[in-house]
Parts: sequence; structure tokens; C-alpha cells
Amino acid sequence: MFNIGISHYLVLSAIIFAIGVFGIFFNRRNMIVILLAIELILLSVNINMVAFSSYLGDMTGQIFSIFILTIAAAESAIGLSILVTYFRSRGNIEIDTVSELKG
Amino acid sequence: MISGLIFYMFSLVLIASAMAVVFTRNTVHGVLWLIFAFFNTAGLFVLLGAEFLAMMLLIVYVGAVAVLFLFVVMMLDVSVVKNRTDWMRYFPFGSAIAGIMVLEMAVVFWGSSQDTLAQEFIKNPVPEGVSNAQAIGLLLYTDYVYLFQISGLILLVAMIGAITLTLRRRSGVHRQDINRQRDMDISEVVTLEQPKSGEGVNV
Repeated sequence: MFNIGISHYLVLSAIIFAIGVFGIFFNRRNMIVILLAIELILLSVNINMVAFSSYLGDMTGQIFSIFILTIAAAESAIGLSILVTYFRSRGNIEIDTVSELKG
Repeated sequence: MISGLIFYMFSLVLIASAMAVVFTRNTVHGVLWLIFAFFNTAGLFVLLGAEFLAMMLLIVYVGAVAVLFLFVVMMLDVSVVKNRTDWMRYFPFGSAIAGIMVLEMAVVFWGSSQDTLAQEFIKNPVPEGVSNAQAIGLLLYTDYVYLFQISGLILLVAMIGAITLTLRRRSGVHRQDINRQRDMDISEVVTLEQPKSGEGVNV
């Protein structure tokens, strides 16, 4: 049990991924928490990549983990600015009324 | 033994703080729990021998992205979600999906953990005798330099996009207009008077 293999890390990342997906379903009233849940999902992907990289002795996983971090930062910046724009026009950030933005 | 205990400590705290991110009603607390989750993940990365990524996670995420989230949360004044009465509406559906997902992935991961096929596909083996940061740099600036440039371009696009989305022109704000100032005819706005002594100026 205390001999940690790659499966431990993979199951941990699966749990974090599932918590993130659950957070997207669960928090319909607050768009910021949905962005936080997306960050959790990307974090679980990073754990997966680094675990494989460490246990297989291949650096490629860590390289791509850096790229995932970059994309996650860009995604959260764009998501937060869309959120600010939405809050200015609507006065709240509830996800249920976003469909009113349809053209 | 010790590293196993450390793994369980970090991963249990990580799972607990991820749950707290999802379930908390106060969004500021949610962002702080996310910072805590990133901190524990950095610990796990150190355990896996990826020190550079651990430090980058701390600096980039805790230092930049999480602070950006905190900025927005405090700016929007929506920190506490009121009247969450319909929380049962999505709870069974979401937890069912999440539970099935964890079970399926756990089955696959435990079943395939003995598989040694992946050893044949190692592309960039870890170099001997160099530090983790140096090993990443040796790859990132040679084989993956185009991807590196493109990710910089993506950051630029994100920056321009964020500025154009949030920039707005308010009405009723006085701004300096250099051209208007420069092209102004001085005889239209200023009159020169030579008042006589004791009479004053007739405006």
C-alpha cells in the first residue's frame, strides 16, 4: 500500500478530474466557480502528464505540461474578461440566463 | 514508506481542497481553496521529481492566475451566492456522472498498470547528470521551439482579447485630445485687453 506506483497518481488525477466535472454541473449560479472547476480539470491533466513522465523516464510529459499551464492561463484570462463583460450587461453571473445573449 | 505517507498526505489534502472549491458558497474562499490545491499539487510534483514544474505551478498559478481570480471576484461584488435553494436539482445527476467517471478510469488505470508496452515509445529519455530545469530547457528550446513560440503567440492573443473585451469608452469623461489642442486658433479662445487705469475690463 505504501509502495506508490503510477496507478496511484492516475487514480488521484481521475478523482480530481471528476470533482471538476461535478463542479461544472453543480454550480449553476456562479460562473466563477465553473472557471475554477475548469482549472481543477486542467490540474488533473497536469498530474497525469507528470506522473507518466516520471515513471516512464520521458521528459515529453513535463514539456507538454508547461504548454498546458500556458493555455490554462490564457483561457482563464479570456474567461474572466468575458465574465466581466457579462456582469456589466446583466448585473449577475448566473449561468442559467446566458442563453439570452443569443443573437 | 515515508514517500508513500507523504503521497497520501498531499493527495488527501488535495482531494479535500478540490471538494471545498466546488462546494463552498463563498467564491473568495473557493479561490483560496484552489490556491491550496495547487500548493499540494506542487508538493506531489516535487515527489515525482519535477521540481521545475512544481515551482512554476506555484509562481504562475498562485502568483498570477489565482490573484487574477481574486481581483475579479472582489471587483464584481458577487462573493457570496445567495439562496442556493435548487442545489438538489443538479446534485444527483452530477454526482452520478462523476462517480461513474472515477470508477471507469480507476478500473482502466489499475488494470493497465502492469503494461510495459509504453516503454517502447519513449521519445525523449531523461538525460543523466543534469537538473530537472536544465533537462526541460534542453528540450524546450531545441525540439519544441516552434511550440514554445506559438504558446507565446497564444498568450499575446489572450492579452489583446482580454483588453478588447473589457475596454469601454465612458461618456462624460474629459480626455486630452492632442490634435484639437494643437489645431486650436488662439484668437477664438483668448482676447487681449489693455484696460485703462481705474476702469477695469468689460467682459
